[in-house]
Amino acid sequence: MIKQNLHMFVMAAPLLCAFAVNLLGRLSRAWVAPLVLGALGFSTYGAIFVLQEVLTNGSFRYVVGNWTAPYGIELVLDPLSAMMLLLVSTVAFLASISALKSVSQELPGREHFFFTLFLILIAGLNGLVMTADAFNLYVLLEITSITTYGLIGMGSGRAPLSSFNYIIMGSIGACFYLLGVGYLYILTGSLNMADISTILGGLQGGNVATATAFAFLMVGLWVKMAFFPLHGWLPNAYSHAPSGAGVMIAPLMTKVTVYLMIRVMFSIFSPEFEFVRHAGVQNLIVWVSAIAIICASLLAFSQRDLKRMLTYIIVAEVGYMVGGVWLANTTGLSGAILHIVNDALMTLCLFLAASAIAYRTGGLSFEHLRGLYRKMPVTMAAFTIGAFAMIGVPPTCGFFSKWYLILGGAEAGHWEFVAALVLSSLVNAILFFRIIEIAFYPTEESHGHGHHEQEKVKVQEAPLMLLNPLVITAVLLIVVGLSSGTIVNDVIRVVLPDLF
Amino acid sequence: MKIIQDRAKTKQPGESLIIQTSVRILVPFIQLFGLYVIVHGHYSPGGGFQGGVVLGSAIILLAIAFDLKTTLGYLSERSNALMSNIGPLIYTGVAALAAVMGGLFLDYSALDVIIPLGPIEWRSMGIFLVEVGVGLAVMNIMLSLFWDVSSGGDMDEGL
Amino acid sequence: MEAILAELVAKYNYWIYVVLMMIGFYAMIGKRNLVKKLLGMNIFQTAIILFFISTGVKRGGAIPILDKHEVLLHGINPATIDNPLPHVLMLTAIVVSVSVTGVALAILIRIYRRYGTLEEDEILEKIGK
Repeated sequence: MIKQNLHMFVMAAPLLCAFAVNLLGRLSRAWVAPLVLGALGFSTYGAIFVLQEVLTNGSFRYVVGNWTAPYGIELVLDPLSAMMLLLVSTVAFLASISALKSVSQELPGREHFFFTLFLILIAGLNGLVMTADAFNLYVLLEITSITTYGLIGMGSGRAPLSSFNYIIMGSIGACFYLLGVGYLYILTGSLNMADISTILGGLQGGNVATATAFAFLMVGLWVKMAFFPLHGWLPNAYSHAPSGAGVMIAPLMTKVTVYLMIRVMFSIFSPEFEFVRHAGVQNLIVWVSAIAIICASLLAFSQRDLKRMLTYIIVAEVGYMVGGVWLANTTGLSGAILHIVNDALMTLCLFLAASAIAYRTGGLSFEHLRGLYRKMPVTMAAFTIGAFAMIGVPPTCGFFSKWYLILGGAEAGHWEFVAALVLSSLVNAILFFRIIEIAFYPTEESHGHGHHEQEKVKVQEAPLMLLNPLVITAVLLIVVGLSSGTIVNDVIRVVLPDLF
Repeated sequence: MKIIQDRAKTKQPGESLIIQTSVRILVPFIQLFGLYVIVHGHYSPGGGFQGGVVLGSAIILLAIAFDLKTTLGYLSERSNALMSNIGPLIYTGVAALAAVMGGLFLDYSALDVIIPLGPIEWRSMGIFLVEVGVGLAVMNIMLSLFWDVSSGGDMDEGL
Repeated sequence: MEAILAELVAKYNYWIYVVLMMIGFYAMIGKRNLVKKLLGMNIFQTAIILFFISTGVKRGGAIPILDKHEVLLHGINPATIDNPLPHVLMLTAIVVSVSVTGVALAILIRIYRRYGTLEEDEILEKIGK
């Protein structure tokens, strides 16, 4: 009984605790931290068991409410979704430890509101990676998006305006997705993903409608994952968000949307439809992702603020993943899926470091970063490991996923993609070494001596609650990198025959 | 534009004896209709969201005819916050309860263990519990949204 | 010309909803006042909801509310009753639309209190200063 419902409890525990946090948090602040950590710890623990179960016993489908598919809503748990579930729960747990501390500095007195939205976001993400029903995907996508709008809007300064722009663009994306689901429903009469794909395979006519449905679904998801040139909302929204929200939203939202794109492409439509019948589209999209990687990396050059630079790097990473999926071979797809895991961890590490720096120095422009290696050694060490992972230095995880992507690009003959990947690694190296150089050498004699002394006293190492998740994530980067072979062989290769 | 704004500031929108008396008579009937819509959700058009909106709009009608202070007398901010959390807790609690009692999530026939009515009857009636939770949540959130937007952001007690 | 006119008349409901969607889309992108953008978003989402519901209508179909005992006696013929599934799905979409509007209105209040105006170019001027 517990065994077969465990993944639902993994999703429902944050949801229950969200409302408990709202109720009890109004009484006293002390309730918030144990509830949040307890719920997310339980989720992570449960996700480990779910992954173990799926790897030993094979994938299974679960119907909510005991209404049989295709009438009821179905959840699918194959190795890919179990791995994503574990990824989401772990990143959420590590991010929330850090968020508890930084929120109490940035938004004093409103923590229970913040953590209610936070926990509902995590529950929505947990549900998103498990669903196998097209309309349920829309509902959960909107749940996660609405809580993200609220979390970003809670910031100060330019945050409400950036959140409003994000609302407008995010709603466009979700409405396009809904239109695509509508077209599919008109064509097939069903909303269950497996059912739609069987009916679509046997359809006689309706080719234009199927292609239109596919186009709407893809464009809707691309707006949500900030695929260039639809990325305009992302730099503003993620850099003006409160730090506690940024560490949670930045690693997860775009990567889960890439996972959703893989699900839609392979569980609803078949690879034969996308890659073979409309081969021109596939070439076009790989070209667009190559351009996306180059443009985003170059845009990251001109930024003077650490967090904004990181957001442009996120846009480039999304380009890697979309290009990898659309390369139409198994190596590229394995590289893209491995990159989802790696990129979530790398972004988490870098954003945690940025949050710790902001907590102590109060700002993130390059002037604030001078001489930080002496003042915050552990933070900057973890930041360096994250930077090496982004550049793609072995044995961190970033190297292995880039290796697979380059191999896949060479196999498919898309040399522009390979060139874009190599160029982007170079640009990342320049960006991060620039920051490491600024942080290494303390200020020149630009201020008066007394002011210099005062600054040195104020900035010290980040508090323990901000440091612990950072150190754990940095270690995870290396561990995941070393076990990339296991991940690819046990998890990804097992899923591929199902998908292909 | 300025003249209209000035006039709107001094005069309340619903300030007239006819409107105030008729609203005072109508509000209990509207609330009864809202409860009716919630309860009939599983059998005919209606349900949690629709009934919750009707219930919320009854009190918003009060706010338009009188002023916001009157509505705060009817439903204080504290009970608003309390009920808007208890609603989803009922919903998720029933779902988790069904899972704990041995069935799948949201499988109402598993709740047969607590009150013996027969599994098929439970599957037809079980959604009623969820609708009540949803209705509570929606009514309170509609109200809280209206208070926030119409008071320009400062929701101080007794405004 | 004849063929186009025949198409237009036969599927007039779809054409109306497409026009509504384009109006909402233009308002979201082309207007500079933030409240008008929000209204455009509402129009866009409402047009999609109407489009969905209109796909469930059948020629000569009755409203899908049935009498229990009659159905148990005589059975139903699905071809004469409109499809109720899009209605139920669109209820969920309406709830989503209302929630997004609520959050957007709350954020608009924060913007108004901070900048004193709701025109996008004036706000950008104030930030740029």
